[in-house]
Amino acid sequence: MASITQLPVPPSAPARPAVRPRPRTKGPGRTRPNFLGGLGGWLWLAIIIVPVYYVVVTSLKNQAGFFTSNPMMPPSEPTLDNYKLVVENDFARYFANSLIVTVGSVVPALLVSFMAAYAIVRGRSRFLSWTNNLFLLGLAIPLHATIIPIYWMITRAHLYDTLLALILPSIAFAIPISVLILSNFMRDVPNELFESMRLDGCSDWAMMWRLALPMTRPAVVTVGIYNALGVWNGFLFPLILTQSPETRVLPLSLWTFQGEFSVNIPAVLAAVVLATLPLLVVYVIARRQLLSGLTAGFSK
Amino acid sequence: MSTTSGSSRQALQPGPSGWLAAPALAFFLLFAIIPLIGVLFLSFTSWDGLGEIKLDGLSSWTTVLTDPVTGNALLVTAKIMFFSFIIQAPISLLLGVFTAAGQKYRAALAVLYFVPLLLSSAAVAIAFKALLDPNFGLGAGLGLPILAQDWLGNSDLVLFVVVFVIAWQFVPFHTLIYQGGVRQIPASLYEAAQIDGAGRVQQFFNITLPQLKYTIITSSTLMVVGSLAYFDLVFVLTGGGPGYATRLLPLHMYLTGFKANDMGAASALGVILVAIGLALALLLQRLGGKNRNASQLEGA
Repeated sequence: MASITQLPVPPSAPARPAVRPRPRTKGPGRTRPNFLGGLGGWLWLAIIIVPVYYVVVTSLKNQAGFFTSNPMMPPSEPTLDNYKLVVENDFARYFANSLIVTVGSVVPALLVSFMAAYAIVRGRSRFLSWTNNLFLLGLAIPLHATIIPIYWMITRAHLYDTLLALILPSIAFAIPISVLILSNFMRDVPNELFESMRLDGCSDWAMMWRLALPMTRPAVVTVGIYNALGVWNGFLFPLILTQSPETRVLPLSLWTFQGEFSVNIPAVLAAVVLATLPLLVVYVIARRQLLSGLTAGFSK
Repeated sequence: MSTTSGSSRQALQPGPSGWLAAPALAFFLLFAIIPLIGVLFLSFTSWDGLGEIKLDGLSSWTTVLTDPVTGNALLVTAKIMFFSFIIQAPISLLLGVFTAAGQKYRAALAVLYFVPLLLSSAAVAIAFKALLDPNFGLGAGLGLPILAQDWLGNSDLVLFVVVFVIAWQFVPFHTLIYQGGVRQIPASLYEAAQIDGAGRVQQFFNITLPQLKYTIITSSTLMVVGSLAYFDLVFVLTGGGPGYATRLLPLHMYLTGFKANDMGAASALGVILVAIGLALALLLQRLGGKNRNASQLEGA
């Protein structure tokens, strides 16, 4: 509830932060152009874009071209051979594994976090506030410090080198931040709506799905995307909990490509591009939702 | 902590059952809290990761605490934390203020700023490894000898390279947080300041900065506690080297446990990691003021 508390929000306002119109339409730089700010903004853009440009350009070069041409110049004869090589090296399987692990952990994590957030916001038992405090504690702890016991548990449960081994701890690690953001949004749902539904005889279970879920949908999508980014790009769990190519996920495959292709830098960079492409497509499609959701979700 | 604002519903309704929070709690207990206790337990044992776990008193702790590499890892972690913060915080703040303003081109820039967040740490590390190559990277491409250094092989430089790459990857996220925070500052404050004849710089220091207080705390907490989790990026980029120059605490824990097969000592390092994380989070909360403690942690 950071800066929002400074806003004179009327108690009945249907606060839906992700779609709330911007309170401020003019920036501080409206009176005269902000040259210094603009310069800084473009400079940062260059810092962001140069590595991306380099990766894309290099991935289109053949190996001889890579060693002889200027690294920052586009290839004289662009080739897709590197992409072909990556695809032939089981890229589809790693992609599928990443997809299974991401969907398999984000959907259950959202479900249990949503239910927990609803209970924490609407309920008032000591058990629930204790639960909430435990989740808040989870935010403060670098949970990766627990990889050794997790490795022990997973091997003991005979789940080592399975996709389930990646899914289970990923769900658990996504819960604290999900509950926090979802419950922050759920507090903004006007109480009157719940009361009128209760008067109509609705149970808490029905109110959760028919009122709380539609009202917090932007937050649910935001949390889902945020967690999906984390799991899709996760490296540590795959590194310690899987081993064989059958269970390899994309980030780990980049690392192994790097080992296998070693001197074939263009091919390694083609793998980088291919591994990022799915998220780029999602980003282009769902950009608005993602950016507005994340700004609202974290600055609330 | 995050119990809801005093509203009448608490007196009227029993609230939803605590069972709704049970699945999330169960996952979190099983894969986060129990491992957290497990890491403490394992730090008093000796285990090679495969065989029997034997109780071994304080010997892991003696090993860890007398090993100069531990002290070095702590120092490297502290340095990276400090420099990351010093670099990321002002850049994110300024970019957040910059992109929050209304102009169209700034919104377009914000869309591009986000791109690094789509890449996995492994992908970022591989891209920079190629880009920083003295012979086939940026330096050679631009013909600037000063950029054609052995960035990752020079133990005086490598720490700052790591800090830079971390900033490249994480500044976009914090920019989003600040952007959201700035957009919640009431426009009337700026209008009043403009009437009083305050310039842009004065407005920034007298309005924007104080109004962003809680956003700054949120972002800083995430930055500092998050820097305890930099593992995958450094692992792929430098592997902790050259020598021990970039061997961060989490990386040291991984290498001790899974490469040197000393899970007891690695667990002791894990306990140290947890303790530091908790201490930092509590400290930052305290700095943020007591009355808004827990919800302040992370994005609240």
